[in-house]
Amino acid sequence: MELTGAQALIKSLEQQGVDVMFGLPGGAILPVYDPLIDSTIRHILVRHEQGAGHMAEGYALATGRPGVAMVTSGPGATNIVTPIANAHMDSTPLVVITGQVASGSIGTDAFQECDITGITSGITKHNFLVSSASELPRIIAAAFHLATTGRPGPVLVDVPKDIAQSKMEWWWPSTIEELDLPGYRPNVAVDEDAVARAAALIASAERPVLYVGGGTLKSRASAELLAFAERTGIPVVTTLMARGAFPDSHPQHLGMPGMHGFYTAVTAMQRSDLLISLGARFDDRVTGRLDGFAPDAKIIHVDIDKAEINKVRRADVALIGDVREMLTALDAATSTPTSLDAWWRQLRAWQEEFPLTYDEPTTDGPLRPQSVIEAIARQAAPGTIVASGVGQHQMWAAQHWKYEEPGTWINSGGAGTMGFGVPAAIGAKVGRPDRTVWTIDGDGCFQMTAQELVTARAEGIPIKVAILNNAYLGMVRQWQEMFYDERYSEVYLSPDLPDYVKWAEAMGCVGLRATSHQDVDRVIAEANSVHDVPVVIDFRTDASEKVFPMVPSGATNDDIVVHPRQRGGNA
Amino acid sequence: MSATPEPYVGPTSSSPVTHHILSVLVENKAGVLARIAGLFARRGFNIYSLAVAPAEGHARFSRITIVVDAETTPLEQIVGQLDKLVNVVAITDLAPRDAVERELLLATVSYESDTRTAVLDAVASAGASIVDVDAGAVTIMLAGTPAACDQFERRLESFASVELHRTGRVALSRLGSQKN
Ligand SMILES: Cc1ncc(C[n+]2csc(CCOP(=O)(O)OP(=O)(O)O)c2C)c(N)n1
Ligand SMILES: [Mg+2]
Repeated sequence: MELTGAQALIKSLEQQGVDVMFGLPGGAILPVYDPLIDSTIRHILVRHEQGAGHMAEGYALATGRPGVAMVTSGPGATNIVTPIANAHMDSTPLVVITGQVASGSIGTDAFQECDITGITSGITKHNFLVSSASELPRIIAAAFHLATTGRPGPVLVDVPKDIAQSKMEWWWPSTIEELDLPGYRPNVAVDEDAVARAAALIASAERPVLYVGGGTLKSRASAELLAFAERTGIPVVTTLMARGAFPDSHPQHLGMPGMHGFYTAVTAMQRSDLLISLGARFDDRVTGRLDGFAPDAKIIHVDIDKAEINKVRRADVALIGDVREMLTALDAATSTPTSLDAWWRQLRAWQEEFPLTYDEPTTDGPLRPQSVIEAIARQAAPGTIVASGVGQHQMWAAQHWKYEEPGTWINSGGAGTMGFGVPAAIGAKVGRPDRTVWTIDGDGCFQMTAQELVTARAEGIPIKVAILNNAYLGMVRQWQEMFYDERYSEVYLSPDLPDYVKWAEAMGCVGLRATSHQDVDRVIAEANSVHDVPVVIDFRTDASEKVFPMVPSGATNDDIVVHPRQRGGNA
Repeated sequence: MSATPEPYVGPTSSSPVTHHILSVLVENKAGVLARIAGLFARRGFNIYSLAVAPAEGHARFSRITIVVDAETTPLEQIVGQLDKLVNVVAITDLAPRDAVERELLLATVSYESDTRTAVLDAVASAGASIVDVDAGAVTIMLAGTPAACDQFERRLESFASVELHRTGRVALSRLGSQKN
């Protein structure tokens, strides 16, 4: 069967089981948009290519399947660089297809030419510049294979226009060997010897902690984690990237560690004598100042990426491989630690003394952002998915919502990309239309990518957006307040410019506003009664509210700053 | 091809033992060298020298010999990150004592009638050869160990107007030593 390169590309995506892609056409990718009309693949036309990338990420994080985006060359390609970098930092599987100028024009500064494979070589797992139509099926199959196996990540395929237009004889690679990836070997055999050494460490630990990172979600190891944790009685912390990997309601869950982590989660890691790291990478936001991090802890480091081992913190035992397989192997080998009673008594005492807390809302003053999140959670159906932007609201959303299952928390961790929330929520809703999807967003973040609500309305994707409108780039304001003598430099945004309700309405959404505590529950109920179009709520929150606990940048985790009310010389 | 954050600076035999030679088999595809150079640049790994050529007569693979500084970054980290590049097929870490290393040095030296003999002596005693001649100048080639090249380079410094170029090392495991 003779096809054009463009037809072969679309057919290859269909072969991969792609049901939806996010994108925006232009000159160089035009040939590929033509066969799309006849395809079963749903294409969601975004308003900015950054939106396409974050939607693909949201889709991937909510479903575990790779997200797919397609854009044109030059500015279309550079507009999607931020989501690619974001996906790279968070190991999110993406396949991004970019148009390129015709092969003969490459290198001539042709109209809308840019070296996107060069630009993205450091922020993709791999990328391809296609050099003939006949290799398109192989390259697309390889792109999906790379994106989804081993440590997942974004893969970019750059398709020159003439190649999309040229003819090829259709074929489809039937084996991994045909993908022609001689240097790619993601699977490693379980090292039984290392498993035995890890088991010995676990058996003799007195203060162990399961340090659960995003890799646990990527390897779908939640069930194995639950079984292992329950059998051994070891306490669990879940990082920002792993919220939902272990139920927040579980009594063994100490919460999130890190710069804005729960006191007990942070301190348990600090005082631990054995950290069992499961798909986590000792990120600086978790460790604080490295030379003071968990000084007494031995480390069992489980990761599928061997370059993570000893990158930041030396491992006593390295288990290179998939978290799920390793947990199964460990579970088979491990005897339970002798007694964790003393450890649990200590942990419970910390939880008692330093619970997550905030000041009670006042009846007339501005809203407490934390109580807004809790109010949304109270009215939310089980399994509701929460996406967020980046800033204070993100930390509150990570702290105050109870995540019970994988894929319910969608955020930008490693890159901290403002504007992630709205498009990621749209992608999540496309992937899980059965679920309610809320975005907990900041006013600053919302202004970066809000135009995608036009996409959501046009495509019938009814997400809900809660703007915690503190009229500030709040997280930056918090740092200026605490570390720059309250000298506020370029962080004020205004509460009512823009008018978020009118903006929402102009984009075809329902716009609502809550200014006082009495409005909150009613407005949320109203938002929940809308099922056909997106809803935006402008919550007027207290600008002076700060995220606690906080480990100041450059400090060790021992210097964690708790809420002012908890400070009576204890902390 | 320069991928070095710092240019190649002088003697390698006197340089610290933390230099390691990585013999890297890569797919012979467009942009592979840029990927490797980019990785070293963005991760702050230092390259002392780098030599590339088709491997073992293959059109499909090339062998890149990279001399790295394993003091500023642990070798394990360099190898681990390099290994993640999809086009990198195999990496052999050659500790200097387990490797046979050779380098090629080319130098054009001008001479006056009174220094001609000294130049020719230097060539003869180093076991170098003359590959090009013109009135008042010769181009000399030395293929040898990095130490021999260092020594020869120092010797040539005493002559006026020397243009010198070295290839950087290529290496293979010493027969009988363990490969890893
Ligand atoms: C694209 C981008 N630019 C700048 C920053 C730095 N930054 C981090 S949080 C933040 C403020 C976010 O403001 P807002 O969305 O209103 O959230 P808030 O902190 O007020 O909840 C800024 C500017 C960033 N993370 N991303
Ligand atoms: Mg704000």
